[in-house]
Amino acid sequence: MNRLKPENAQQLEDTVKWALSSGSTLEILGSGSKKALGREVDCSCQLDLSGLRGITLYEPAELVLSARAGTPLQEVIETLRAENQYLAFEPLDYGPLLKGQSDTGTVGGMIASNLSGPRRLKAGAARDHFLGFSAVSGRGETFKSGGRVVKNVTGYDLMKLLAGSFGTLAVMSDVTFKVLPAPPEEKSYLLAGLSDAEASRAMILALNSACEVSSAAHVPVSVARDLKGCAGEKSVTAFRLEGHAPSVRYRLDRLEKLLESFGKGRITATTESRVLWSSLRDATPLQDEGSSLHSIWRVSVSPAQGWRYVEALNLGPEERCFYDWGGGLIWLSLKGGNNAVKVRELLEKISGHASLVRAPVDAPDRKIPTQPLGAGEHLLFKRIKQNFDPEGILNPGRLYDDL
Amino acid sequence: MQMPDPDQTILARREEIANHLRTIVPGEGVVVSPQELRVYESDGLTAYRQPPLLAILPETAQQVSEILAYCHAEGIKVVPRGSGTSLSGGALPLADGILLCMGKFNRVLDVDYDNRCVVVQPGVTNLGITKAVEQDSFYYAPDPSSQIACSIGGNVAENAGGVHCLKYGLTTNNLLGIEMVLIDGSILRFGGKHLDSPGYDLLGLMTGSEGLLGVVTEVTVRILPKPETARALLLGFPSSEQAGDCVAAIISEGIIPGGMEMMDKPAIEAAEAFVQAGYPLDVEALLIVELDGPQAEVDHLIGRVSEISGNCGAQTSRTSQNEEERQLFWAGRKAAFPAIGRLSPDYYCMDGTIPRNKLPHVLRRMREMSTDYGLRVANVFHAGDGNLHPLIMYDANNPGELERAEDFGSDILRLCVEVGGVLTGEHGVGVEKRDLMSEMFTEIDLKQQLRVKCAFDSKALLNPGKVFPELHRCAELGRMHIHKGKLPFPDIPRF
Repeated sequence: MNRLKPENAQQLEDTVKWALSSGSTLEILGSGSKKALGREVDCSCQLDLSGLRGITLYEPAELVLSARAGTPLQEVIETLRAENQYLAFEPLDYGPLLKGQSDTGTVGGMIASNLSGPRRLKAGAARDHFLGFSAVSGRGETFKSGGRVVKNVTGYDLMKLLAGSFGTLAVMSDVTFKVLPAPPEEKSYLLAGLSDAEASRAMILALNSACEVSSAAHVPVSVARDLKGCAGEKSVTAFRLEGHAPSVRYRLDRLEKLLESFGKGRITATTESRVLWSSLRDATPLQDEGSSLHSIWRVSVSPAQGWRYVEALNLGPEERCFYDWGGGLIWLSLKGGNNAVKVRELLEKISGHASLVRAPVDAPDRKIPTQPLGAGEHLLFKRIKQNFDPEGILNPGRLYDDL
Repeated sequence: MQMPDPDQTILARREEIANHLRTIVPGEGVVVSPQELRVYESDGLTAYRQPPLLAILPETAQQVSEILAYCHAEGIKVVPRGSGTSLSGGALPLADGILLCMGKFNRVLDVDYDNRCVVVQPGVTNLGITKAVEQDSFYYAPDPSSQIACSIGGNVAENAGGVHCLKYGLTTNNLLGIEMVLIDGSILRFGGKHLDSPGYDLLGLMTGSEGLLGVVTEVTVRILPKPETARALLLGFPSSEQAGDCVAAIISEGIIPGGMEMMDKPAIEAAEAFVQAGYPLDVEALLIVELDGPQAEVDHLIGRVSEISGNCGAQTSRTSQNEEERQLFWAGRKAAFPAIGRLSPDYYCMDGTIPRNKLPHVLRRMREMSTDYGLRVANVFHAGDGNLHPLIMYDANNPGELERAEDFGSDILRLCVEVGGVLTGEHGVGVEKRDLMSEMFTEIDLKQQLRVKCAFDSKALLNPGKVFPELHRCAELGRMHIHKGKLPFPDIPRF
C-alpha cells in the first residue's frame, strides 16, 4: 500500500489533491496508536502525518500552545511540564489497552478522538481546550478556523466539529490549544468496601459540595484487586483533590467530615494519587483481560444512573466494571464479542452512549463500535460529511459505515 | 451595512402568511400591527432598526416545528429571537422575514441535583437558572453582563461569556444537551445529562452559531456548587503595561482567578463619577482580581496576588474585607457602560479579543486613532482572557458621527486581528461585524463555514444576512473542480 508522508502543510494539501484526482482514499494516521479503535477502514493509501512535527508556538503566560498535528503528545506534555503547566483534560492513553505500548499518540490524534481523562468532570475534554486549527478538507482546500485566544465567537465553532471526528471531515496540519498551570499539590481520599449504590451516593455528596473534587471514581472489588497502587480485597471509592497546598489540606479535612457516615477513609500520598488516577484514566486494571475472550466498552451515562445501569446489565461471574466521572463513565469488561445490543438497549431509557474499545477478532460488535444515531441526526451527519469531503476520500467508514 | 433586498412576493403575501400561522399558533401569538411590531424592530444594537414582516410567539416545540416546516416549504425567512439583548444585531428583523420569538418558553423543567444539571426552556433568563438553584447553594457559571434579561437560548446561540470565563468557561463548556428544530421542522436532541457524544459534536457546533443552523427549544446546563467564599483585590497601576505584566505574572504563578478585569483611565473616571466605588483616580490602569473557592485557598491566594502586584509596581492595593466591599469593587466595573452613557449621548461597544501581551500596543494605537477620529474611547477589558471592550463615545445627532464611530470600531477590530486576535470574543458577529469577516478569514475559510450552513439550511432561510458577508448558493458551494493528471508533487516521501 502507498504510504504518503508529507513534510509540511503544502505537501499535505498536495497529497489530498492528488488523492482526489487519482480516485484514491486516505487512511489518516498520526502514529497509528488508535488504529484499532473504532471501525477498520479499507483505503488505497495511508496518509502518515508524523512528518508534520514540532511545537510552533508556546507562550506559558498566555496559556496557549500550537503544534503541528503529528507532534508526539508526549513531547507536548514534557514541554508543558518544564513550565509547570499541563493539559487539564488529561488525555487518556489508549496505547496500553490497544497495543500494550504507552505514550505513542500525537496531538492531532488526541483532538481527532476528543480524548479526556478522570478530570473530564471539572476540566472538560480536548474539545473544551481546542482553540484553532488549520486543515485540508476532502475538497483539497486548506482552511482554518478559530485562533489562539480563549474567547472567540467569530464564525462557527468548527473546532467542536473536528474534535472527535476521527479524521472523516478534514486532515489537520496545525492545532492550537489552551494550556493551564498544573496544580502544585494533589491528594486522594479513599473509602473502602462501599457497594456501587453507596459509592454513588458518596460521590454525589462529594461532588455537590464546595470541596472542589476534581475526579471521583468507584472501583468494585473485582477490579480493585488489579488496581495499581492500592490493590486490595475491598472496593475502592476515590476522590481527587488538587490545587494549592493549603487549599488541598483544608478541603481534605472538609471532605473527610462530609463523608463520615461512609466509614473512615484514608488519605493517599501525592505519588500514590498520581499513580492511581493515571491507572484509572487508561483503564490499566482491564488491560490484561484475555483479549481473545473479552470485550472492553466505555459507556457514558448520567452519573447518578451509572450503578443502576450496571445493575440492569447483570454482569456474569467473569465480567467486571469500574466507574469514573462520578459514576457517569463506566468501563466494562464483558465476555465475548456480541454485546452491543445488550449494552445499548438499556441506554434507550436513560441518556447516554456506548463505545467499543476492544473486542476479539471477528467479533460482530466491531462493525458498530460507535453508538448508532437516530435517523434525523444520521442524515445531518451525512450532509456535513458531504460538505467537507464530497468524494468520501478521508477515513471513509471510520466512524459509521456510510460516512 | 446592507441587508439583502426584501422579497416583494413575500411582502405581498403578508396577510395570507399571517392567516396560515394563526392555524399553528392561535389567539394573540401572531403579531401583525405596526405599533406592536415596533417593540421588535431592534435588539441590543440599537443603531439598526427594521420591523419584521410579522412576529410569532410559539409555546411548544411542536409549534416551532410546524412554523419552520411551513416557512421551509414556502421559502419564507425566519429570524429567531430570545430576549433581544444581542449587541451585534443577531436578532435584527428582516422586512420579509418572520420574527420567531421564544419568550414564552419560560419554564424550568427539571432541577436534577444528583446529576448537577438543570433542564430549562430557552426563554428562561441566564440569571433565572441560578435563581432556581441558589437556595441549595448551586449556580450556573457563565454570567454575561445582560444576565438579568438575556435568555439561555440566546446564550447558546451566541456562546455567551462573562467575567468568570477564564476559570469556568463559556456557555459551550457548561452545556450538556439541547433539543432543537431544523428549518425543515425536524426535532433533534443532542447530548443529555451525560458527557460527550458519539461522532460529530453538533451540540458544540450549534453553540455560537447565531441562529443560522436551528432553533433551540430546550437546554440542559451543568450547575456548580457555589464557591465557599470570594474576595477581591483592587489594584491601581501607573501604566497599562505594568497592569498587563501583573496579569501575566499572576497566571505564571499558577493562579487562575475567578475574575480579572482591567479598566483604563477614562473608564475609571467615568465609573467613579457614577457610582463612587472608591476607585483611585491617580492611576492609569485599574485591575480587579477576584479569587473564589474554599476559605483557606482564597486567603492564601489573596496574599500571593498582593505580593505579585507589589512586585509589578502597583501604586494602590486594597483587599475586600467583607462581601459589601467586594460588591463595591465590582459596582464600578459593572456600571462602566451606563457610566460612559452619562458622558456621551451615545456609545458604541466593541468586543475584540487579543493575545494579552499585545495590550499595551493595542491601547497605544487606540489612543492614536481616538485623536485621528476625534472621538473619545474608554476601555474595559476581561484581562484574564484578552477580551477587550472599547467604548467609543459619539453623538448620533451630529451628522456623520455614527459612521465615524463605526469606522473607528472597524479599525480597532482590524488591529485586534493584526496582532493575532479575533473580531469578537463574546458578542457575536451578527450584522455588526459581518463585513469584517474577510479581515480574519480567507474566501476558502468562509466558504467552508457556509457549507456547514448548507448541511443544515440549504435554502438559507434561517437568519440570512447575518455573520457572512456574502451569500453563495449551496449548489455552487458544493461544486468540485478536480484537476486530473499525474502526481504533481513527486517529492513527497513514499513508503
